Amino acid sequence: MPLPESGESLSSTSAGDVEAEVFSSRAAGTKSLKEMKDIAKRLRRHIITMIGKAGSGHPGGSLSAVEIVTALYFRVLRHKPQDPCWSDRDRFILSKGHAAPLLYATLAECGYFSVEELSTLRRLDSRLQGHTDCTVTPGVEMSAGALGQGLSFAIGVALAGRLNSQNYRVYVLLGDGECDEGQVWEAAMAAAHFKVDNLVAIVDNNGQQIDGWNREVMSLDPFNQKWQAFGWQVIEVDGHNLTQLTQALDQAKLTKGQPTVIIAHTIKGKGVSFMENNPDFHGKAPDAVQVDKALKELE
Amino acid sequence: MVQEVSVREVYGKTLVELGRENPDIVVLDADLSRSTMTQLFAREFPERFFDCGIAEQNMVGIAAGLAASGKIPFASSFAVFAPGRCFDQLRMSIAQPGRNVKLVATHGGITVGEDGTSHHSIEDLSLICSLPGFTVIVPADAIETAQAVRVAAASYGPFYLRLCRPKIPLVYNESYRFNLGKAVTMRQGNGATIIAIGLMVAAALEAAENLSREGIDCGVLNMPTLKPIDEAAIKKAAAETGAIVTVEEHLEHGGLGSKVAQVVARHHPVPMEILAIRDTYAKSGKPAELLRRYGLTAEDIEQAVRGVIKRK
Ligand SMILES: Cc1ncc(C[n+]2csc(CCOP(=O)(O)OP(=O)(O)O)c2C)c(N)n1
Repeated sequence: MPLPESGESLSSTSAGDVEAEVFSSRAAGTKSLKEMKDIAKRLRRHIITMIGKAGSGHPGGSLSAVEIVTALYFRVLRHKPQDPCWSDRDRFILSKGHAAPLLYATLAECGYFSVEELSTLRRLDSRLQGHTDCTVTPGVEMSAGALGQGLSFAIGVALAGRLNSQNYRVYVLLGDGECDEGQVWEAAMAAAHFKVDNLVAIVDNNGQQIDGWNREVMSLDPFNQKWQAFGWQVIEVDGHNLTQLTQALDQAKLTKGQPTVIIAHTIKGKGVSFMENNPDFHGKAPDAVQVDKALKELE
Repeated sequence: MVQEVSVREVYGKTLVELGRENPDIVVLDADLSRSTMTQLFAREFPERFFDCGIAEQNMVGIAAGLAASGKIPFASSFAVFAPGRCFDQLRMSIAQPGRNVKLVATHGGITVGEDGTSHHSIEDLSLICSLPGFTVIVPADAIETAQAVRVAAASYGPFYLRLCRPKIPLVYNESYRFNLGKAVTMRQGNGATIIAIGLMVAAALEAAENLSREGIDCGVLNMPTLKPIDEAAIKKAAAETGAIVTVEEHLEHGGLGSKVAQVVARHHPVPMEILAIRDTYAKSGKPAELLRRYGLTAEDIEQAVRGVIKRK
């Protein structure tokens, strides 16, 4: 069920007081909309700085998912940065492991480790590996980078929660290009079959993969209908709109008996003019001049 | 005549026992539960059994997620499909993070028989042994299978157990205790050592018995834990008997022969013969016919022992 193409205000929805509900009745420690927007900007700055310093990495798909991950970590997830293995934590599983810089920046902003450590990205002996490695980084649930594996893993985590009568929820972030992988659809089928309603998949639908636009490389259309046909509740949102994202994540919580996928329409490279929709910046670091330029745009 | 017992059935029964003892045991299958015998567990514990359909990659990923959340998942399919169909998933979802998943593959080797090439698993040991952190076990009979399944459940980390399709002779009695990582001396001998795994252990014992009638005295080692392999036992066999023959129902590349040769080359070079399938695919046939065609009978072992002793 698509949400209106509104801006940050949700006044056009039937639930008139959604925004109030979304942004005022949260547990202590969660952030206001304004604070979240500031965090999102800081995350973008970290991403550019880290990748620039490392000299390699994936800015495009990190920048596109900034609001998705911000909404999750600063609004939705129950987690304890001081106790990353807390067994009742909500899980965030990054399946598109090349967006590791975004996850590292977020974990640092949450306090899993220091912001200073971000500058060690991709260095020998760093805890911040080029792609996520759950054996070294606090808060990283899964070693990813080989695309297509996160949704299956997330189902296992969700099933364990159900078997243990734990009420944690499982969120998994997929790339749209990643959905070319057959395993994603094996998992999509299984999640609906096992009725894992404590599972939410979010697709960073930036329309691009490495070789270009999805529709040219391998068309995913009709994407929404595919998920529906596999038995999922589908919600489409503007993936840069924190209000829409938060509302969709809340709606997913209320849905019983089936998993939910949030198709988040995003722009690859979002926030840096020369990276936006530019496949060159899928997996290329900005040089020093480009870093300066990007950081100016993100002031 | 020695009693022949199905290792698959024993696997299924052991799973049921484990399920009764430990609520964290969960079982996954990929539409082969009637053959892998996980159906026995499914019947008793339907809420802890997940049939993933014909989707081995997804099954392995779900198992990883269950393990990451404190469960002890046993996942089963045919050896040709898991690891064959899901190697990258085993690599990144299980081996690298060291997840506590037990992959138990049945229908290993060519004794699958008439189903032919698509169902003969001759690369699985090479694939799975190449993954850092995996413990790999190939039991020699039903008694060893039951114990190995229990040891896998009780030991943290990724395990691969390879079982075969046919019923096979018992080579142990009930007093046997499986010891993870240790070779088992099945027969003492001075002239040469036959090192075998799986159903080839029975053939090795038969060969050693036949050779003794010719006055050739050779020992037999069962190597149920293929990885990490018992280096000390191999060094000792090389030092004490001066010649080694390995025999396995697998390609010569990357299985028992390769592993033993590495140890022998590094620590105590002696003449070796490797009985395995040589860079080819087997065809349909009865298990016994296939073993004969691909040089894996007691007779073949006897000939290899005679040959290797000449090179001492
Ligand atoms: C199994 C696998 N095949 C290929 C790659 C190489 N690869 C890395 S990122 C990528 C494109 C991913 O596109 P998408 O999922 O849309 O991510 P995004 O555009 O959001 O960065 C590819 C092909 C990989 N990491 N894993």
